[in-house]
Amino acid sequence: MIDMKEPLMPVVGEVVDIRLDTPDIKTFRVVTPDGKKAFEHRPGQCAMLSIPGVGEAMFSITSSPTNTEYMEFSIKKCGCVTEWLHSMEVGQQITIRGPYGNPFPVDDVFAGKNLLFIAGGVGLAPLRSVINYCRHYRDRYGKIDIVYGSRSKDDLLDYKEIIDEWANDANVHVHLTIDREQEGWDGHVGFVPNYVKELGFDTDKIAVLCGPPVMIKFTLAGLYELGFEKTQIYTTLELRMKCGIGKCGRCNVGSKYVCKDGPVFRFDQLDELPDEY
Amino acid sequence: MRKIAKSALDSLFAAMSESKKVYLPVDGEGGARYQLWTEGTVLSEAVNTVRSAKDFFFPQTENLVEFKMEGKKLDVIDVRRETEDFVIFGVRACDVRSFDILDRVFLGAPVDTYYKNRREHGVIVSLACNKPAETCFCQTFGIDASAPAGDIVCHMTDDTLFLDAKTEKGEKLLATLEGVTEPCADSAADEQKALIRSRLDKLPLKGLTADKFGGDKTKEFFNDPAWASLSESCLGCGTCTFVCPTCQCYDIKDFKTADGVRRFRCWDSCMYSEFTKMSAGQPRLTQKERFRQRFMHKLVYYPANNEGIFGCVGCGRCLAKCPIQMNIVKVMKKLGEGGDKND
Repeated sequence: MIDMKEPLMPVVGEVVDIRLDTPDIKTFRVVTPDGKKAFEHRPGQCAMLSIPGVGEAMFSITSSPTNTEYMEFSIKKCGCVTEWLHSMEVGQQITIRGPYGNPFPVDDVFAGKNLLFIAGGVGLAPLRSVINYCRHYRDRYGKIDIVYGSRSKDDLLDYKEIIDEWANDANVHVHLTIDREQEGWDGHVGFVPNYVKELGFDTDKIAVLCGPPVMIKFTLAGLYELGFEKTQIYTTLELRMKCGIGKCGRCNVGSKYVCKDGPVFRFDQLDELPDEY
Repeated sequence: MRKIAKSALDSLFAAMSESKKVYLPVDGEGGARYQLWTEGTVLSEAVNTVRSAKDFFFPQTENLVEFKMEGKKLDVIDVRRETEDFVIFGVRACDVRSFDILDRVFLGAPVDTYYKNRREHGVIVSLACNKPAETCFCQTFGIDASAPAGDIVCHMTDDTLFLDAKTEKGEKLLATLEGVTEPCADSAADEQKALIRSRLDKLPLKGLTADKFGGDKTKEFFNDPAWASLSESCLGCGTCTFVCPTCQCYDIKDFKTADGVRRFRCWDSCMYSEFTKMSAGQPRLTQKERFRQRFMHKLVYYPANNEGIFGCVGCGRCLAKCPIQMNIVKVMKKLGEGGDKND
């Protein structure tokens, strides 16, 4: 549960670095004007970013809580607020408030377990926070598998970090795939759900899924085929949000509020909710 | 308990106004509305105000914060001012219960400090309903219009107003009114209460129950075939939401001022298509889904999070105001019938 004195009052954040990750995704590094992290968060939590006069929107915090210097947000250009964010230059001040939502249970449920992360497209953004958290506390977790796919090689988010860092870690196995053949790509080609089935994972692990709805749907079916139970699979939901604290009503699904009770849900928990997300 | 002659109400309001602003229902074009009391203001005898009393704690629009911008630099300015104490006089039993329903939303962690600030400064003086209307069904939700809650609870007879303090806040206010009121027996309003109860017993919606609904009924009602016909004529105008004392959905918007940006919140409605629309898609595609959300929230989702308490108080405003005569009573009757007959 979030404990905030002024949950609707933002603070100033300054964009100190902008990285063009893919043709439509940029990663923004944000600190307070005096160079500190705006607040502490847990892996999977979100923050509200805004440009006054344009609007405010919820984004997952893609940097790990173990990063003590700054927060990062990987944002895909797809609406008013994100378009404006993409037009920003370094030094731009924005507003930031948070953290919102429940994190992944990295310190209890995940502890000591083998982990399988499956992401599609910008769906890697929320998982990067957990992946880097687990890499930071490497000895607390078992084998880590990461399946990540996108439309093309150029659409793979955090490609450099994945290749230079993740893939070189002991007992971390990275499986990349792109939708169609492409020059200069000698890795796997094909959609994420099929790749997951091909890889044929043991069920001795926890799976974490994030990506477009169609990817989630088919990957989930694939995991069930492999013998995974709903109680072993986590995901994060995204709905329109305004307040971030379960009061404005927008992200209400059944008796849950995605901003407050989510965004992280286990699939057996989602089964209890009406199909409206 | 204390009392005052009905003919001397002006002196009561004048005495209250010495320490606090006093708001009370006043008749006007289109019905009764809460107004600030000034000398000569006459208390309405209408059974209820057109708009609910939620405005006092959750105003239709409310400034949250302001921003000043210069080049790439930005300042966040907290524009809140200390709220003055105020009295809301003549709140009906249904609306008093609505404050409890709103409290559970806004005062639940993390606390909405804007709401809390207003809530703490308001003193609620309720007034039992002498003439409950045929659209009233507060009894369905266990509310007794002859004995409302509130900081001070009032009963009015043809010639006398009885005031009974129920909370510390109420006792403090009543103590300041000793000069204009006189003590009376605690049972002084009993006859009036009994009279009101006999009228409540005769209301046409008296038998309506919400027993089939509750926090564990999502699966039972979400796919009920009746939603299609119930929502068929809904215009999505949102009138029901705006007159509803318990609807609390809101939007946050920015407004460019001469020298900066003002961020405010305003009432919103789950009946609107924009409410859930994202660049990535729309989880509630048609009016049926939006309509269902509003009633499922009041009858199932809200109780699931609040110990079974329903998110409706039976004030009847939506019955009176819906342009297509659809309302929660029809929804409650029709759901779970097992058919989709449009009768």
